[in-house]
Amino acid sequence: MLHTIFPNGELHYLAGGLLIGAGVSVLFVVTGLIGGASAVFSSSWSYLIKRPFFQQARFVDSRDWRLVYAAGMMIGALLWWLALGPYTGVQTTVPWWQLLAGGVIVGFGARLANGCTSGHGICGLASLQMPSLLAVLIFVATAMVSARFVLVIGGR
Amino acid sequence: MKSGSLLAVLASGALFGFGLALSTMIKPEVVLDFLRWHDLGLLLVLGGAVVVTLIAYQLAPRLLARPILAGRFDRHAIFGQRDTLIGAAIFGAGWGFCGVCPGPGIAGIGAANWPVAYALAGIFLGALLQGWFFGRLDEDGTMVRAAHTEEANTEQANTGAAAS
Repeated sequence: MLHTIFPNGELHYLAGGLLIGAGVSVLFVVTGLIGGASAVFSSSWSYLIKRPFFQQARFVDSRDWRLVYAAGMMIGALLWWLALGPYTGVQTTVPWWQLLAGGVIVGFGARLANGCTSGHGICGLASLQMPSLLAVLIFVATAMVSARFVLVIGGR
Repeated sequence: MKSGSLLAVLASGALFGFGLALSTMIKPEVVLDFLRWHDLGLLLVLGGAVVVTLIAYQLAPRLLARPILAGRFDRHAIFGQRDTLIGAAIFGAGWGFCGVCPGPGIAGIGAANWPVAYALAGIFLGALLQGWFFGRLDEDGTMVRAAHTEEANTEQANTGAAAS
């Protein structure tokens, strides 16, 4: 039964999830900050774009630590790669057009929703926020439809 | 922000990124397999992360007067229910299309998953379009953002006591 729903094993999923939770928890306990991953894609534009939306305090005040947080995420994945990863790195076979088009929709939607899989999925649920629970149910549902649709149009 | 806090931010991000890589979430294929019901591992990742974070978010403001290196605990912000739900539907459509969401997109670069840069470029562009054409300022009244004040803590503690 477990082998059917987890054909690649369970432990690395669970251990990875606990580490992700540990990272978000350490951030909160030490700095009081809520560590979603998507806001950096808006706050970083405040360095370049002077429009009032991007110059809001919530972006300007958080843009530095959000970039540091993102750098930390890259360093963490780099450490995993050096310690445990395949020599060649992790290479996806998903075609570039699929990544680019999906990325644009991800960026637009996550910023409209003010949260993504980590912002609503982890931080929102852990804050017992009902809108976040609804958001998670909705984005998992639309993602399941979209993941099948992309096969029809020739994606991976 | 002081350098000690930034170091804590960097370390937190590193834990997050290591976890994303270890759980193979940085491979879009694994996420797409979950969404097509071939491997439900993503539920273990999300579940594990939520349980740990739930404990920290619920206990830390009750046990500590303030964060170790800061003045107050932030709270997760919701900017209007309508935008949240419509945005979530759009976000999901993109996530299912490419198998990349913001966290694994960022972390993927650290593990040399270079093609993911296409997704990152897309996410930056999508965030720009959202802010440029549909961005609303905080002053419009939809923003709910409050610190964990003492009143809020007392209130929660009282509610908890009443419930039990």
